[in-house]
Amino acid sequence: MIYLDNAATTRTAPEVVEAMLPYFSELYGNPSSIYEIAGKSKEAINKGREQIANVLGAKAEEIYFTAGGSESDNWALKATFEAYKNEGNHIITTKIEHHAILHTCEYLEKERGAKITYLNVDENGVVKLDELEKAITPETILISVMTANNEIGTIQPIREIGRIAKEHNILFHTDAVQAFGQIPINVDECGIDMLSSSGHKINGPKGIGFLYIRKGVKIRSFVHGGAQERKRRAGTENVPGIVGYGAAAKLAAETMEERTARETELRDYLIGRILKEVPYCRLNGDPVKRLPNNCNISFEFIEGESLLIMLDMKGIAASSGSACTSGSLDPSHVLMAIGLPHEIAHGSLRLTLSGDTTKEEIDYTVDQIKVIVDRLRSMSPLYEDFVKKQKKENQ
Amino acid sequence: MYSEKVMDHFQNPRNVGEIENASGVGTVGNAKCGDIMRMYLDIDDQGVIRDCKFKTFGCGAAVATSSMATELVKGKTIQEALEVTNKAVMEALDGLPPVKVHCSLLAEEAIHAALWDYAEKHNIKIEGLEKPKADISEGEEEEEY
Repeated sequence: MIYLDNAATTRTAPEVVEAMLPYFSELYGNPSSIYEIAGKSKEAINKGREQIANVLGAKAEEIYFTAGGSESDNWALKATFEAYKNEGNHIITTKIEHHAILHTCEYLEKERGAKITYLNVDENGVVKLDELEKAITPETILISVMTANNEIGTIQPIREIGRIAKEHNILFHTDAVQAFGQIPINVDECGIDMLSSSGHKINGPKGIGFLYIRKGVKIRSFVHGGAQERKRRAGTENVPGIVGYGAAAKLAAETMEERTARETELRDYLIGRILKEVPYCRLNGDPVKRLPNNCNISFEFIEGESLLIMLDMKGIAASSGSACTSGSLDPSHVLMAIGLPHEIAHGSLRLTLSGDTTKEEIDYTVDQIKVIVDRLRSMSPLYEDFVKKQKKENQ
Repeated sequence: MYSEKVMDHFQNPRNVGEIENASGVGTVGNAKCGDIMRMYLDIDDQGVIRDCKFKTFGCGAAVATSSMATELVKGKTIQEALEVTNKAVMEALDGLPPVKVHCSLLAEEAIHAALWDYAEKHNIKIEGLEKPKADISEGEEEEEY
């Protein structure tokens, strides 16, 4: 199999699995207990916390473990709103956030009386900073903008956003689920008050994430019932998960420069080959301000799910922003936000590389894409109409 | 997610293509929801469907239902073809996931739209056939990119 869906999830790195194993079999103690193996568990989660904090330039006590990115996003938004609602009820976010942010915002709007501004993005998916400044009111308590987009890979100007937030004394949260471990992020340099991340996106295990909360931010407990995570997130810690996450974060940071340089080169080769060799397609997202491993291309006249099934039959795992893969009739909200017409959004393909992806795999994938796109177009009434129209115009 | 039959008809769709000077052509669906089907019918003087071809823009289920629908109406009389319902198409494919049922409805609509076109061209009335929803290729021309 050629796995090109690393934005969905990644293979847990062998050294990560190895680091985790003892905490299932021998060192299974509850970190809150007092005997020796419990102490080992406690040490292990402290180490994991430190390893992660180091990657962000944060303090270990500012890292709060959760069950994953979605929980972290929910916590950041809901708890901030509860804690700061006496100071204001306005939250600013963007139209291209992950649903863990957007659906939480909808909940806060409907059930809790929040006012939400959803910022537009430009045609490359970059948030408009002038719109952000204009959207700020005395009621604004939080700005939440993702570090990088999960579908089109566009990297946001979070440093500038952090600066604007500071100038107006507003909290800044960023969903860094796709960006953490892929691009350098320093919470102080970027003025970040809260940051969400997820273990399984960086060759760590599933079911573990964290929310970075800057010291002094007064958000409350999300899960009640114990003193874990400085009383802010109760529940016995996912010790193997935390150990694996720490190891994965360390590994991602250590290999980042070399790995992402290689990924970027392969990514640009992939994008270049497709745009050159397949007619009627376009790159979605910013060509430069882009995650090193993300390629998102729309093919006109064809539909994404058909493309995915045919790629799967050739042993290639990928994903699409078509309606059929989202379980609704609407194509991806991100592709709509960058201004794609419905029929072009339906024909999108996302390929996300890993550090292990090879040039041979990319070449095979492009060769298959060419054949499949041709075949699907030969079956497409939209392509038939297009060809007939062209013939007419040429006569 | 899909039955073996759906996968078979997706991988090896029957009757893909166009019929020149077809007796009737029908196009249904719209690009917004991501499915467009076009059905071509070749109908002889006795009112028997000699040939049927299709083109589809859509997901795996959309392609498979179009393919199966062409198989089911081929060789049938117009009246028999009218009895090819979305349920019949689904059953012939050993079922569809719930979110894909609309694809089978589209296949039924496509047959009806092609028959309606045939009836209009020949100035006849087909018992039990109602005017299908507007042909998308007419309504959406202005929105072309």
